[in-house]
Amino acid sequence: MTAQVDIAAAVGTRAEHKPMHPLAEFWHYFRQNKGALAGLTIIVALALIAIGADALAPYPPAEQFRDALLRPPFWADGGSWQYVLGTDDVGRDMLSRLIHGTRVSMVIGISVIALGLVVGVMLGLLAGFFPGLLGIAIMRAMDTLLALPALLLAIVVVAILGPGLFNAMLAVSIVVLPHFARLTRAAVLTELAKDYVTAARITGARLPRMMFLTVLPNCLAPLIVQATLGFSTAILDTAALGFLGIGAQPPTPEWGTMLSDALQFIQRAWWVVTFPGVAILLTVLSFNLMGDGLRDALDPKLKR
Amino acid sequence: MLRFLLTRLALIIPTFLGVTLMTFAMIRLVPGDPILLMYGERTVDESVYQKLKAEMGLDRPILVQYASYLNDMAHGNFGKSITTRTPVLSEFVTLFPATVELSLTAMTLAILIGLPAGIVAAVRRNTAFDHTVMGASLTGYSMPIFWWGLLMILTFSVWLGWTPVSGRMAVKYFIEPVTGFSLIDSYLAGDWSAFKSALHHLILPACVLSTVPLAVIARMTRSSMLEVLNEDYIRTARAKGLPPWRVVGLHALRNALIPVITVIGLQVGALLGGAILTETIFSWPGVGNWLIESIRRRDYPVVQGGILLAASIVMIVNLMVDVLYGLINPRIRKGH
Repeated sequence: MTAQVDIAAAVGTRAEHKPMHPLAEFWHYFRQNKGALAGLTIIVALALIAIGADALAPYPPAEQFRDALLRPPFWADGGSWQYVLGTDDVGRDMLSRLIHGTRVSMVIGISVIALGLVVGVMLGLLAGFFPGLLGIAIMRAMDTLLALPALLLAIVVVAILGPGLFNAMLAVSIVVLPHFARLTRAAVLTELAKDYVTAARITGARLPRMMFLTVLPNCLAPLIVQATLGFSTAILDTAALGFLGIGAQPPTPEWGTMLSDALQFIQRAWWVVTFPGVAILLTVLSFNLMGDGLRDALDPKLKR
Repeated sequence: MLRFLLTRLALIIPTFLGVTLMTFAMIRLVPGDPILLMYGERTVDESVYQKLKAEMGLDRPILVQYASYLNDMAHGNFGKSITTRTPVLSEFVTLFPATVELSLTAMTLAILIGLPAGIVAAVRRNTAFDHTVMGASLTGYSMPIFWWGLLMILTFSVWLGWTPVSGRMAVKYFIEPVTGFSLIDSYLAGDWSAFKSALHHLILPACVLSTVPLAVIARMTRSSMLEVLNEDYIRTARAKGLPPWRVVGLHALRNALIPVITVIGLQVGALLGGAILTETIFSWPGVGNWLIESIRRRDYPVVQGGILLAASIVMIVNLMVDVLYGLINPRIRKGH
C-alpha cells in the first residue's frame, strides 16, 4: 500500500483510490483474457456478416447455377474465382450460403436465448420469491426437463410440434430454459438474505419492484455468462436438429441442414461437407471463449 | 447413509413422474389426430381406426388414460411399434447393448486420455503442454460432433481406408448375441477375425463420441487439480519430502477427483444425446438411431416408449453417481 503511494508520488500523479466504475473494472479484467478478446472479435465480425449478408454475398443463397454443379473452391483443380468456395450439388454458391447461414445462426442464437432467458428468469424469480408450493412445483418441472439429455429433449419437442426451424428454435429454448431458471433462483435466494433487500422491503417496495429493480440486477452476472455460453448451445443444438433432418428444412441455408444435404457427396466433394462445419465450430468456439472470459471477469471469487 | 440414499430416491420420484407426464402428453399434444397422423398419406379403415384408438386407449377420459399408462409402464408394457408390430421394450432391449457398448468405449477413452491430460496440464501450468491441452479441450467442447464424425469418416475411411464406414461388424460374420456387446460376443465365440472386425467398426464412432466428454473431463480435472494443489496439506506433503508423484498422484488426485466424478456422471446424459448423432452418422444399430428413425416414420409408440426408457436410464445413472458421490465425499452425505 505504502509502496504504491510512494511510486505514485514519485511519478508525480495523484494517488487517488477511487473505485473503478463497474464497467471499467469489468473491461479491465476481460481485456486480460486473450482468448475472450479473440472470441469477441470473431463474434463482432460474424454479427457484421449477418447484418450485411445481402450486400456481402456474391449471389442469392438459393440461386442455382445449373451449369456449375459441385464446383470445387478456387484453389482446387477445376475451381474458379467465380465461386470462391465452390458450389453444392444443385449449383448454389457455398460462400453465399455460408454468409446467409451466419444470419440464420445469429437469429437462432438471439431468439433462443431471448426466449429462454425471459421465461427462465421469470420462473426463477417466482421460484425464489415463493419458495413454497409454487417454487417447489417450478423447480421440480425444471428438474424434469434437466433429466432428459439436451438433444433428446429437443427431439421430443420437435417430435411433438413437427419439424421446422421455428419449432427447432422453440425446442432448444426449452432446453436452455431450466439452466436460467435454476441460476436465477439460486442467485435470488442468496440476495434475499442480504440487508439491502430487507431495507427495500421495510421501505415498502412492492413485489414487482422488489423482483425486477431490487433483486434482479444483482443476479445478472451469472445470467450473462450463461446466456453467452447458451448462445453456443443454441447454435450447436439447432444445427444438430437440422443435421438430423428435423430442424431447418432445405433450402434454408442453415449450417446443420447444409451438412445433412451434403452427406451423400462426402466422397466426391469434400468442400460441401467441410465448410458448414468449420462455420459452426468457429462460431461456437468464439461464444465459448467469450463466455469463459466473461465468467472470469464477472466472478467475484476469482477477482481479488 | 441409508437416510441419504432414501432422500435421493424420494427426490427422483417427482422427476420420474414428470417425465412420464411429458411422454404421456406428447402423443396427445401433437396437433391433429395422432392416429391419422401416424398413417400419414394412407387412408385408414374405420374399423382399424377404432381398433387402434381403443388399443391406444385414446377413447377414454384423460385421467384414466394416464393412470392406465402408468400401470402399463409399471408392468413393462411400453406399447407396440406401429411399423414392426413388436413391443417397444423388446426392440429397446435388443438395440440398447449396441448403444451401451459404444458409450462405454467412448467414456473409457475419454477418461483414459482426459484425466492424465488434465493432471499433467495442471502440474505443468502455463507451459506449452498446458496451453495445447486447454486449446484442444475448448475446441473439442465446441465441436459439432455430427460434423466431426463426417470428417473422421472422410479421413480414416474414405482417404486412408483404415476403418469401415458404418455398422457394427462385417456382414460375413454372424455371432450369436449373448451379451449383445459385439466385442464380448465375438470374443466368447472365439472368432478372432470377427472380434477384429467389431473393434474396427467400433473405434471410429467411439472416438467421435468421446470428443466432448474428453474435453470436459480434461478441463475439469485441470481446474480441480489446480485448486487442490494450492491447499495447505499439499504444501505439508511436499515439505515432508514426499516424491512429487506421490504428492500429485495420491494426496492431490484423491481430492481433485470428487468434482471430476460428478462431471463424468453428468456426461452420461450428454453421451446419450451424442450417441443419437454418432449412431446416425455411422449407421450404428443402437437406440439413438432407432429413435430418430421412428420420429421420421411417425411411429409414436416407439418415440414415446423409447424416450421414457432412455430418460429412466439417464435418471438411474445420475442417481448412482449421486450415491457414489455421497460415498466418497462425506460432506455431501452429511450436509443435507
